[in-house]
Amino acid sequence: MTALVIAEHDNTALNDATAKTVTAAAAVSTPVHVLVAGENCAAVADAAAKIAGVEKVLLADNTLYARQLAEPMEALILSVAGNYDAILAPATTTGKNILPRVAAKLDVPQISEIIAVVSPDTFERPIYAGNAVETVQAASAKKIITVRTTAFKAAAAGGNAAVETIAAAADPGLSSFVEETLSKSERPELTSAKIVISGGRGLGSAENFHLLDKIADRLGAAVGASRAAVDAGYVPNDFQVGQTGKAVAPDLYLAIGISGAIQHLAGMKDSRVIAAINKDPEAPIFSIADIGLVEDLFKAIPELNDELEKRGLGRKA
Amino acid sequence: MKVLVPVKRVVDFNVKVRVKADQSGVDLANVKMSMNPFDEIAVEAAVKLKEAGKASEVVIVSIGPQQAQDTIRTALAMGGDRGILVKTETDAEPLAVAKLLKAICEAEKPDLVICGKQAIDSDANQTGQMLAALMGWGQGTFAHSLELADGSATVAREIDGGLQTVKLKLPAVVTTDLRLNEPRYASLPNIMKAKKKPIDEKSPVDLGVDIAPKLKVRQVSEPKGRAGGVKVKTVAELVDKLVEAGVLK
Repeated sequence: MTALVIAEHDNTALNDATAKTVTAAAAVSTPVHVLVAGENCAAVADAAAKIAGVEKVLLADNTLYARQLAEPMEALILSVAGNYDAILAPATTTGKNILPRVAAKLDVPQISEIIAVVSPDTFERPIYAGNAVETVQAASAKKIITVRTTAFKAAAAGGNAAVETIAAAADPGLSSFVEETLSKSERPELTSAKIVISGGRGLGSAENFHLLDKIADRLGAAVGASRAAVDAGYVPNDFQVGQTGKAVAPDLYLAIGISGAIQHLAGMKDSRVIAAINKDPEAPIFSIADIGLVEDLFKAIPELNDELEKRGLGRKA
Repeated sequence: MKVLVPVKRVVDFNVKVRVKADQSGVDLANVKMSMNPFDEIAVEAAVKLKEAGKASEVVIVSIGPQQAQDTIRTALAMGGDRGILVKTETDAEPLAVAKLLKAICEAEKPDLVICGKQAIDSDANQTGQMLAALMGWGQGTFAHSLELADGSATVAREIDGGLQTVKLKLPAVVTTDLRLNEPRYASLPNIMKAKKKPIDEKSPVDLGVDIAPKLKVRQVSEPKGRAGGVKVKTVAELVDKLVEAGVLK
């Protein structure tokens, strides 16, 4: 039959989590359709239509979906669910918010945060903060799945799918949007950046956290943080990498002043190269870091910046 | 108004679990068990509402083995009023848990259910959303703050891009994120008092819910290992290694 992927977007641009979810979806069921629900989001639907392997894009353009609140999104997805034997969403805060409602209404289990499709009904997913990997088989006729997008390559561009407008579903009238405070940044997004530089409690203050900015800008890196740094108020919650924050898998993860609690490691241990700077030689982060430097970070950060500049590495800042 | 808080007994967050040799699961023999940390935050949020005079009763529910009663007692010591234990022999999947909670909600008629956003064992992040859907209620997941006024809940949610605030018609389900509050430690007198608070026992059969698993766990394996690498002495050496690895250009 057919798989449906719920597009991740902000009404303007399609997030690349969508193309990664398409890759997972195609391993479960083909062809793949993408649902773009939003407001004034036709450009997003056009972008989704260009993902290779996508046969059709469903566009639900209505004020009701402007913020993709879970309750109206549930009703919309249920209105088309009969046509699909698999419904997938990226395991973003949007996907995690919406999809369990759909699964419950369809009376089927959800398989959360898959990292591999073993066969169309069997999946791998991390449990216990990534300390174990569970292989689960779902017998249900419909598979409801959220996808850890760092585990899948983005489907290539080059598609030419038809865009079909679908009607809005009735408003359940349970919730309304009040406001959004979004972190503004010129830097790449944490979950798709090639380089992530993360800071921990070792940085000591919100002001000190900005010491990472120069290096991040030079390397075109995203900035992340440990839970400790977020809890201490150095940076907002959307910086958090870990079991309950964001999972990242960049080419280079540079951990600065992060001790490496298992909950943090759960969110970054699939990075290609991990480098750590910490003054405590016993810090658990060194047990998984490919390259470790035992050094006071206040000495190491300016040195690192100088060294990068001297060798002309990264963008010229 | 009545607040219902489901709590789960899970492996303590400090324990690094090991996969069993036969790959049937993780080894939980003699491992320290505690209340799921997100559920502690949920209990704290509910007790705070009661202390602020906004909630009249806080009911704690746990679904699990007999020992889950200890988890309920912990929540009662934090300030919950009474408990309900739904005794199960096997681990119930999130959808089954949501159905059991639905049956309890239909009997108890709470105005608000506050759950942890995910349990740190199965990392599913589903139950609260599923319960809200089954009840036909709104939801405020990953709550960063929670305000109640005039029959509605205003929840600021921790989303990938920052914070999103939604207003929900009550009854509703709220799931907690880390920054909602810092859970209290129960005082000794409160621990003693909690021993006298009532806990009702029920079974899935009493509630008319089939909890047979729908997913088959084929195997539980160790994640791909990652050994520590080299230690370098200087920043210059660090940069050398990163260039060598091809991650700095």
